[in-house]
Amino acid sequence: MTISIDPQKTNNESLQPKGWLRYFSFSLDHKVIGIQYLVCGFLFYLIGGTLASAIRIELASPMSDFMPRDVYNQVLTLHGTIMIFLWIVPVVNGAFGNYLIPFYVGARDMAFPRLNAVAFWLIPPSGLMLVASYFVEGAAQAGWTAYPPLSITTPQSGQIIWILSVLLLGGSSIFGGINFIATIIKLRRPGLKLMQLPMYCWAMLGTSLLVVLSTPVLAGTLILLSFDIIANTGFFNPVLGGNVVVYQHLFWFYSHPAVYIMVLPAFGLVSEILPVHARKPLFGYTTMVFSIMGIVVLGLVVWAHHMFTSGTPPWMRLFFTIATAFIAVPTGIKFFNWVATLWGGKISINSAMLFSCGFIINFVFGGITGVALAQVPFDIHVHDTYFVVAHFHYIVYGGTVFIIFSSIYHWFPKVTGKMLNEKLGILHFIITFIGFNLCFAPQHWLGLNGMPRRVAEYDPQFQFVNQISSLGALLMAISTIPFLINVFLSLRNGKDAGDNPWNALTPEWLTSSPPPVENWEGESPLVEEPYGYGEEISAQK
Amino acid sequence: MLNKNIYLILIISLVFAISFWIGFNVNLLPAEASINAPIYDELFKILFIIGLIIFIGITIAVIYSLFKFRKRNDQIGDGIALEGNLSLEIVWTVIPSIIVLLIGLYSYNIYDRMGGMKELNHNHEMMSSSTEKIWAGISQTSDNEIAVNNLSIEVSAMQFAFLFNYPKGNFISGELHVPVDQKVSMKMESKDVIHAFWVPEFRIKQDIIPGQPTILNFTPTKVGKYPIICAELCGPYHGGMRASIIVEEESDYNEWFNKNKKPEVNL
Repeated sequence: MTISIDPQKTNNESLQPKGWLRYFSFSLDHKVIGIQYLVCGFLFYLIGGTLASAIRIELASPMSDFMPRDVYNQVLTLHGTIMIFLWIVPVVNGAFGNYLIPFYVGARDMAFPRLNAVAFWLIPPSGLMLVASYFVEGAAQAGWTAYPPLSITTPQSGQIIWILSVLLLGGSSIFGGINFIATIIKLRRPGLKLMQLPMYCWAMLGTSLLVVLSTPVLAGTLILLSFDIIANTGFFNPVLGGNVVVYQHLFWFYSHPAVYIMVLPAFGLVSEILPVHARKPLFGYTTMVFSIMGIVVLGLVVWAHHMFTSGTPPWMRLFFTIATAFIAVPTGIKFFNWVATLWGGKISINSAMLFSCGFIINFVFGGITGVALAQVPFDIHVHDTYFVVAHFHYIVYGGTVFIIFSSIYHWFPKVTGKMLNEKLGILHFIITFIGFNLCFAPQHWLGLNGMPRRVAEYDPQFQFVNQISSLGALLMAISTIPFLINVFLSLRNGKDAGDNPWNALTPEWLTSSPPPVENWEGESPLVEEPYGYGEEISAQK
Repeated sequence: MLNKNIYLILIISLVFAISFWIGFNVNLLPAEASINAPIYDELFKILFIIGLIIFIGITIAVIYSLFKFRKRNDQIGDGIALEGNLSLEIVWTVIPSIIVLLIGLYSYNIYDRMGGMKELNHNHEMMSSSTEKIWAGISQTSDNEIAVNNLSIEVSAMQFAFLFNYPKGNFISGELHVPVDQKVSMKMESKDVIHAFWVPEFRIKQDIIPGQPTILNFTPTKVGKYPIICAELCGPYHGGMRASIIVEEESDYNEWFNKNKKPEVNL
């Protein structure tokens, strides 16, 4: 026994469990934490997906006949909350951020490994708490937006547990954001310049800035709301002189940037995936960086477009129309750049590529309806209808969730050392793409023609279109099966991947698969051109 | 090279033609029954066509790339080392900016024609609350005062019903009756949680907020019965929170009004 034990080393190597067990431990390894985020997020995705199926079963018929009305409202509240706070935000930020960022900056771990582990371990208890609140007195039933006075007048225990759970998840998100900013700014290996970083680092830098700037506002708002509920204060309670519209402003000051917290990392991930499988440099690196930062700045000043039919005077409606519509410009640049990245490549048509292209098509569609929704006169008719439901599912499911799957196909070989089965992957893509579009495209029509959102019953004239939508939802549920089979089969008998099956240039591929605890055996490599693919046209012939 | 350009021009014109054809021939909207509706549908048509052009264009570009530039089995090596093209990137920054700016100006014009930019006023000079601050809503479609004063209606919403108070007739109705082609001015307030007043055929919607009166003015143009739908989650029976608006000829309306009218009671 020696006296000079390095506590870091002890913690990391002697006391930490090996093998599968380490995923259930308070590990400080960023790669383990990344996988913990991913698997935990996916389990909640299955729960949220089950709730979505319940919603679509209820809506397969015009009457409210599948579940009691108040349970329906609990289901839609939990579905939204789980999908946002327990699946998409933790996975595109926490999972891929933790796994990739230290590699990309050439570090051996995140800047604050313990904070990192704490950030993850806040998620399972708050998620379980949220789901368990259903069995207490019924879960929250005021929607994921929890607008007062409805959230003050519905059963209290569910709403309070919801607030507590979202506060913990928000805390986790803030810890993660601080950690990513510190890692990207301070932990870059010597010689690596900011403008040489892979695009996902820029996306995470922008996202983390949004997280750190806006999440505390949500936390403060929810604390005030909980005072209104348990201590009878009157911040938002009109009976006591409170103002319900102020809550909406504060809520959307976080929750609009939350959309970018969900899509900017996806923009980063797709920028890593496309160049590798198209064998071309990422088109327009510099404009991509500036457009990310443009989205960050604009994303903070557009929140009131969620309130065009609320208590907002005309000048405010106009200002937020213009600000919102202009987000389309930096976002559009990115899409043109991705298409240009494909152009003239040598594209491997594989699952990762197909999901990325599905993302481009779906997101462009959601972006176009988004620009339309940004226009006050347009929004006034379709606000709070199924048109909006369709729009944001095109953004977060057709956009971000497609990229999560694309990323899983792309990085699975790195994480496990095994390849995923391509045939099952392509089958997964086809069912998901058809199911998704079948489910959500018809909902635009429903909204335009008079079906509001968050209803358990509707006019009989909408039955046929709702059934098409439910059929799409069924396909989406089925699409998980080939994916899960693929993951489990490949983990057991997948083809060996080797260190770099895609011949990629970014630093995570320049080590073994799976990577060692310290990420690289020796020095971390200096990658000055993460997208240095391609051959000069003259040399090609 | 010339051939390629001809194909490109051909495809672009085809995309435009298809988009315009769909925009003009596919109707996704319900019947038009107020002055606002045709104005709204004009904006919808323009946005629909622009959206289709962009969506079809990008989808074709992605699918074409996947076919044309797919890696054949015998191929090795990379694509071309093209890292960017400044002039191209300027083009696809400037053109979308112009389109977005034009759409913004156009929708300002549309919103103004709907009455959205007018001062928020409500013709209730007979009532004590006329000096109350109005927070939000859509104002009259023109500056003219409301022709018939008994078309000032007070809406109150509660879980899970709408009530329409006709102050001039001193009665409250569960159905909203209005005469065709006349401006209607409504002041709305909620008794409990947030609700919303939406008539899809009128293309108007405004939240009804507890503690903050909002206004909604409109002019129906087509006789008929239309649904009034609550569009803001308000509790378990939100989906069943409906009422009807009955647009009728002026004579029918007057008959209904006089039948329900009660003598004024001075307390």
